[in-house]
This record gives sequence, structure tokens and C-alpha cells, in this order.
Amino acid sequence: MFISFVFYTLAAVLVASAIMVISARNPVHCALFLVMAFFSSAGIWLLLEAEFLAIVLVLVYVGAVMVLFLFVVMMLDINLAPLREGFARYLPIGALVAAVVVIEIVLVIGASDIDLPAVGDIVYRDADYSNTKELGTLLYTVHLYAFELAAAILLVAIVAAIALTMRRRSGTKSQDPSRQVAVKREDRIRIVSMPSSSDPEHESSERRR
Amino acid sequence: MIPLSHFLILGAILFCLSVAGIFLNRKNVIILLMSIELMLLSVNLNFVAFSRFLDDMTGQIFVFFILTVAAAEAAIGLAILIVLFRSRRTINVADIDQARG
Repeated sequence: MFISFVFYTLAAVLVASAIMVISARNPVHCALFLVMAFFSSAGIWLLLEAEFLAIVLVLVYVGAVMVLFLFVVMMLDINLAPLREGFARYLPIGALVAAVVVIEIVLVIGASDIDLPAVGDIVYRDADYSNTKELGTLLYTVHLYAFELAAAILLVAIVAAIALTMRRRSGTKSQDPSRQVAVKREDRIRIVSMPSSSDPEHESSERRR
Repeated sequence: MIPLSHFLILGAILFCLSVAGIFLNRKNVIILLMSIELMLLSVNLNFVAFSRFLDDMTGQIFVFFILTVAAAEAAIGLAILIVLFRSRRTINVADIDQARG
């Protein structure tokens, strides 16, 4: 009973925040509503006992991806008015397409040919069951190559993102490590041979100063 | 207890909302990217629900990889967006037409 209440509350919050994501006027608000959608679906995943993925969703998505989105939205100085035009014009067709697809999917799910109730109910696990352990065991044995591939994809993404956005400005005071390392003694100090002076008057004036 | 079909219907509603978002905000690349994230979220919801109800962890492994690829996609998409904004001073999809084939 309590689980049903939590599920339907989270589902309502999720759908409401998804509606706000696609209809809010300000992109910053869109990003914040998307954060709310991620939080509520993390809650739903917790109800499904997918604890590891729920935490990953909050940490990676809310903590990294959405912060990146917010950062970009706030950094770009966008003129919002021309981006909003056509919203009212496409509202009927967008709503129509969405409604048709939802009805189709609901009909498919409810069709008597697909016997979804045969799947049965969730059997809740014991308290000492570790979802993370189970996932890790599979990930590091059966799906090891895919895991390595995912790591390579992330590396490529890092390199691509940096290569795309990096630009050299002239006039910045940045260090060049290779030149710093390659420097020699002769580049830094110059030894000048000077005759030593034994003039007492000169020495006393030096001392006074 | 919550039946599987309710999870699937929730995923379907979420997916269609993001399709509608792509229709409505077809000028704003940032909101298009956010709609794609929402779509991937709905697919992940279906995967997790099926994985739990069929008692098969492979679905959750799949979600793990989808999350990885989606994070990479968001990073590269936003990088392209920033480069685009620097050179064009706009993110309006209608103005980005110099690569017409």
C-alpha cells in the first residue's frame, strides 16, 4: 500500500516535471525541472530495488551532466524570443503525435496477446542482498569487453570535448612546461666579471645606504 | 502491488512527452538535447522495470551502458553547441543552414 502510494506520487512528479521541461520558457528552469525528473525516477528505481543505478543516476546525471547543461545554458547569452516562436503553432501537432503514440503503446501493453500479468510480481529481496555486488559480478566477468569499450567511449568523449572547445588566445600569461623544463643555467644567470674596488669612501657610502 | 504495465505506461508517457518536446522546441538546441536525455531516461525506466520483473540483471547492465553513452553524448553535444555559438552567435536551428547539401 505504502509502496503504491510512493510509486504513484513519484510518477506524478515525474510526468509533471517532464511537462515543465518541454514547456518552460526559460532554459534554466527546463534544466532544473529535468533535475527533478531525474530525482523522481531515481526514487522509482529504488522502489524497483535497482539501488546502484539509482545512485548512479543521481551522482552522474544530476551531479555531472545536468550541472554541465546548467553551466552551458548560463554561459551562452541567448536571445530567447526567436527560439520560442513557432511554439504555439506546433503545439497542436506535437500534442496530437504524443497522444497518438501514448494511446498506441498503452493498447499494445494492454493487448491480450501479450500476457504481461504472467510475468508476475516483484519478489522482494532480503535485507542483505547487494544489488551492487550482483551488478559488479556480471560487469567484470560476462560483460568485461563492453565495460572496456564504455571506458574507451568516455575517453574519446573527453578528448573530443576538449579538442572542440579549446582555443588559444593571444596575450594570456600561461606557462609552457616544456620550455620550463628545457631551460638551462645560461638562460637564467649571467656572470659579469667586475674589478673589486678598495676605495674607502665608496665603501662607507655603501654601508650608509 | 504495482503491476509491470504501470511502469511501462509511465515510460511510454515520458517518451511521448519528450517526442512532443522535440516538436515544440525545434528551434532551441539546448532543449532538444534535454528532450533526448528525457527519452533515454524513459527507455532506462523500461529496462529497469523489465529487469526487475523478469529477475534478469542484464537489463540493469544495459542501463549502465546507456548512461555511459548518454553522458558522452551530452558532453560532445554541448561542446559542439559552444563552438557553434562562438562562431554564429546563435543556437537557433533555423539559422544553422550553411551546410545544406
